[in-house]
Amino acid sequence: MKVSFDDLHKAFESRVRLGIMSALAVNDTLDFTALKEFLDVTDGNLATHIKKLEKEGFIEVEKSFIDNKPNTKYSMTKEGKKAFDDHLKVLETIINARK
Amino acid sequence: MKEEQDYLKDIAEIRSMMERSSKFLSLSGWAGILAGTYALVGAWIAHSLLKFRPDEFFYSYSNLINVLLTAAGVLGLALVSALLDSRRKANKREESAWNATSRRLLVSMAVPLFAGGILIFILISNGLIGLAAPLTLLFYGLALYNAGHFTIKEVRVMGFVQMLLGLLNAFFVGYGLLFWAIGFGVVHVLYGIYMHFRYER
Repeated sequence: MKVSFDDLHKAFESRVRLGIMSALAVNDTLDFTALKEFLDVTDGNLATHIKKLEKEGFIEVEKSFIDNKPNTKYSMTKEGKKAFDDHLKVLETIINARK
Repeated sequence: MKEEQDYLKDIAEIRSMMERSSKFLSLSGWAGILAGTYALVGAWIAHSLLKFRPDEFFYSYSNLINVLLTAAGVLGLALVSALLDSRRKANKREESAWNATSRRLLVSMAVPLFAGGILIFILISNGLIGLAAPLTLLFYGLALYNAGHFTIKEVRVMGFVQMLLGLLNAFFVGYGLLFWAIGFGVVHVLYGIYMHFRYER
């Protein structure tokens, strides 16, 4: 397989977005607070990156209320899972090729 | 354009995030060693000072309140040590000990422990004092087995060992607190030493 850097999805250029996808790859759902704690970023920063991934169709948002407080849960979509797996494969190939 | 090093860093970051967000790793061997030591001291107090030596399921014993206080003391000290140690280790890794993973770990342990605790309380109040030690081991084993999903896999193995000791204890009630001391004392200390050499050096 021939790979080039163009195969790396633009959405994963940011390490925060890569982090969000990594965390969601091993957890069915995570809420905003949990993601914030794992990534150690500000609310605004996280919200921006989440919106971008949402626009790509890589993550899903489920809004609900717990004790009248809004609770937002995020999960990975099928397309997101595929894009993330492909991204990992390309990373692997790039690194193996340079050994 | 990113450099090769950046891609390696990306991969390291992905790996670390997957681990951090699914497994609680901030519990050190020291917590196990301390908990085991408290349990051994507690078992000694119950056996030698309080002469608490259950040999049958129905065991009449007048000084039960002191045994329960000793058990509560052991549990309390072990919990405080585990909490302080987790916080210390998490701080060192520049993480928070209280996160989505540790919350799930605690819930997965709390469910079997609460169910077991209530059952044991009911049995004790009906005179089945000899069942307290085997059942605490059994339910603790179940809790550890459950918790093993959210932390290192060795915790599941320890869960199996505790369940096995609990069942043996129920079969050989005549040995009283011996199995309890092995499970909560010796197993914890061995686990702590193993953890310390395997993950912390």
